[in-house]
Amino acid sequence: MMMSLGVVDREFHVFRGLPDADGEHIGEVKSFTVPVQPGWVVLDALLYLQAHNAPDLAIRWNCKAAKCGSCAAEINGLPSLMCKTRLDHMPLDKPVLVRPMRTFPLIKDLVTDVSWNYEINKRITPFTPYNDDQSTWRYFQEDADRVQEFRKCIECFLCQNSCHVIRHHRKFNHFAGPRFLVRLASLEMHPLDVADRIPFIKEEAGIGLCNITKCCTERCPEDIRITDNAIIPLKERVVDRYYDPITMLLHKIGIK
Amino acid sequence: MMSVHYETKTYDVLVIGAGGAGLRAAIEASSQGVSVALVTKSLLGKAHTVMAEGGMAAALSYVDADDCWQAHYKDTIRGGKYLSNYRMAELHAKEAPERVKELEKWGAVFDRTPDGRILQRPFGGHTYRRLAHVGDRTGLELIRTLQDKGIHCGIDVHMECTMTHLLKDGDQVAGAFGYWRESGRFILINAKSVILCTGGIGKAYKVTSNSWEYTADGQAMAMKIGAELIDMEFLQFHPTGMVCPPSVKGILVTEAVRGEGGKLTNALGERFMKNYDPERMELSTRDIVSKAIYTEVKEGRGSPNGGVFLDISHRGADYIKRKLPSMYHQFLELGDVDITKGPMEVGPTMHYTMGGVRVHPETQEVLNVTGLYAAGEVSGGLHGGNRLGGNSLSDLIVFGQRAGKHAAEFAKQQTVLPKINDEEVKGYAEELVAPFERDSKAETPYQIQADLQDLMANKVGIVREEQGLKEAIEELQVMKARAKVARVDGSRAYNPGWHLSHDIHNMILVGEVVARAALQRTESRGGHTRLDHIEPDNEQWRFVNSTIRLNGSGELDVSTYEKPQMDAALRDLFDKSDELAITKSKQKI
Repeated sequence: MMMSLGVVDREFHVFRGLPDADGEHIGEVKSFTVPVQPGWVVLDALLYLQAHNAPDLAIRWNCKAAKCGSCAAEINGLPSLMCKTRLDHMPLDKPVLVRPMRTFPLIKDLVTDVSWNYEINKRITPFTPYNDDQSTWRYFQEDADRVQEFRKCIECFLCQNSCHVIRHHRKFNHFAGPRFLVRLASLEMHPLDVADRIPFIKEEAGIGLCNITKCCTERCPEDIRITDNAIIPLKERVVDRYYDPITMLLHKIGIK
Repeated sequence: MMSVHYETKTYDVLVIGAGGAGLRAAIEASSQGVSVALVTKSLLGKAHTVMAEGGMAAALSYVDADDCWQAHYKDTIRGGKYLSNYRMAELHAKEAPERVKELEKWGAVFDRTPDGRILQRPFGGHTYRRLAHVGDRTGLELIRTLQDKGIHCGIDVHMECTMTHLLKDGDQVAGAFGYWRESGRFILINAKSVILCTGGIGKAYKVTSNSWEYTADGQAMAMKIGAELIDMEFLQFHPTGMVCPPSVKGILVTEAVRGEGGKLTNALGERFMKNYDPERMELSTRDIVSKAIYTEVKEGRGSPNGGVFLDISHRGADYIKRKLPSMYHQFLELGDVDITKGPMEVGPTMHYTMGGVRVHPETQEVLNVTGLYAAGEVSGGLHGGNRLGGNSLSDLIVFGQRAGKHAAEFAKQQTVLPKINDEEVKGYAEELVAPFERDSKAETPYQIQADLQDLMANKVGIVREEQGLKEAIEELQVMKARAKVARVDGSRAYNPGWHLSHDIHNMILVGEVVARAALQRTESRGGHTRLDHIEPDNEQWRFVNSTIRLNGSGELDVSTYEKPQMDAALRDLFDKSDELAITKSKQKI
């Protein structure tokens, strides 16, 4: 077979390690040289390493097409999907540094324990339509658009990993994180849903902890405008319910 | 010797695989009041279903009022080259609309018609606009809806857990054995009934749209406890995968691009489909479009990177970004191509396994194994010789629901759990850890998989011939031997090399099944093309399905069985041109 033109040897620095009892990332960055082909993404290089240099290198991935959200990691310090980060868009003269998502406890190498996210999801009141007879349901694309933006989420958890409330302040017990504020927004703004999640959003999801630094929006591979379209409108709903004197009063006497 | 200790969990129903079929089956089983375990090799919501793009076919008749289940049924039968199981195709066409509406009730947000109902788009081989969809990410919508429903149904979800062996107590399934990917520790799930929803075999091929999980687990596990695989010669090569750059070769380009008006052209600028299917053009069935592209490239009219051109840019940037957003981003980010401005290069990619485990058409119970059920891509029957686009997602929810219902009913009839043979289980555990003890200079399973992928593409690929198939079968024996001595480095903790050291056996075994089934069928039909038998042979092959099983000495027995008979009422739906194909058979089941 003809060798593809433009194969370049590039240096990779890949974190390898195991957790301690608290899930802290204990390990070291190992150096590898990989013959990189044109068009390769970071995941191509790591799968090459698995096949040739480090058969037990732990990577979590499924589709390699930016549809499943499994392969989130930190590439040159930026939380990114490994399957979507092109190597020819990165500086040639520097090694490519790949580390696991720092926010979550380590399982091994580049794989972290993201089970906390699944626990949060279970606590959210599920979709509750206004009646069970769907033959009468009609709603329009304009109504769907707003919710469909949120439903593009592929649960890569890069937003959770990037959010300083979780990453630095470790508010795992007080804050649901951008992913689940997006999910809550998708339910609250669903044209057919009638459940009230505002108290949950305020108390348990801790929406007040978000101070709109937009790190989540910046790292979203699906370009969901998390802060502007999901979090801020939910904050407004919480403010309306709990802090607007007139609606507070109306709510108290039973008028929504 | 490493520890072969294992933990045991007990359930009424065990569902293996958490894609669309597995989730739907688990939700249904759980609604019958039995305890349910749902086991997935990945995290929840990441299964291959998430990659489905174009839509799910159901005769809702919201867009084309003339559509009806009978029309969907006919399209499925014709698209499947008359080899589909008639009863399954009937149930599928009848029940799909109800299952889709149910998704909406559970929170799915489909694209809308101007009057506010579920929008349906045209697709290859469907007479009417029939596919309920969400842009080009319908699979994500399906899996997320089922996931968010499922987590409130009391199902125990076990993530990153691989089942490697099905267990039996006499003629009845008794559960499954495997390991936790995270720790490598062994787990046995003892259950009254088991539902296989493990998907396809695409990772035996290099150029494939399938995710890493598609390693033929369910097909291999079922065969080893007595199940038959049917129609395994029929693989669907999707006509449009990405071809450039090489690292993205095979990534799916949804048929919705053609559904929305995309045109296929060759290097001469010709819309070549006029030479292959002038009536349906780009919306012909996938087998025909794939072979057309293959022929154009082979005869020197391909694009620079060995594909053809697919152009949707005439629909305008706004429309494309709204209806095909993933395609827009996929080509921009991975291929440096702006599809709103110019054509994409596309070529065939291994996409779907039409054949699979032989099941009862109504209950989805696996033939020869009491208490074992199968649904979705791992099962065979519905799609016959070629699957229509959009019929896969509807297959998952229709037969997932049926499998869940019947597996739960079966479990409720059992008063005691089937017995487990501890010695047998320890034997499986020893087999799994054996690679750690091998020569540290032996090859890793990665090299074997790469060689397997080349072999399958070259000799059991989109076109086959006798000589190549025979060579493939011989080379697969060599690979079997290599896989038995492949080495594994490191520990059992999250070790992909170790995981592959087992999966590779499944892929080689089922690869051989495909090769042998393809060798047996000396004709070309649907997703099976023989260069040495290029025409359909109706006399010999129109009325039979192939079947393969493992015999007592571990060899593959290949044979055929006569296709079941279509009900008279259904036969009346067809006209003269179909008559020959559907009237001959006398078989009842």
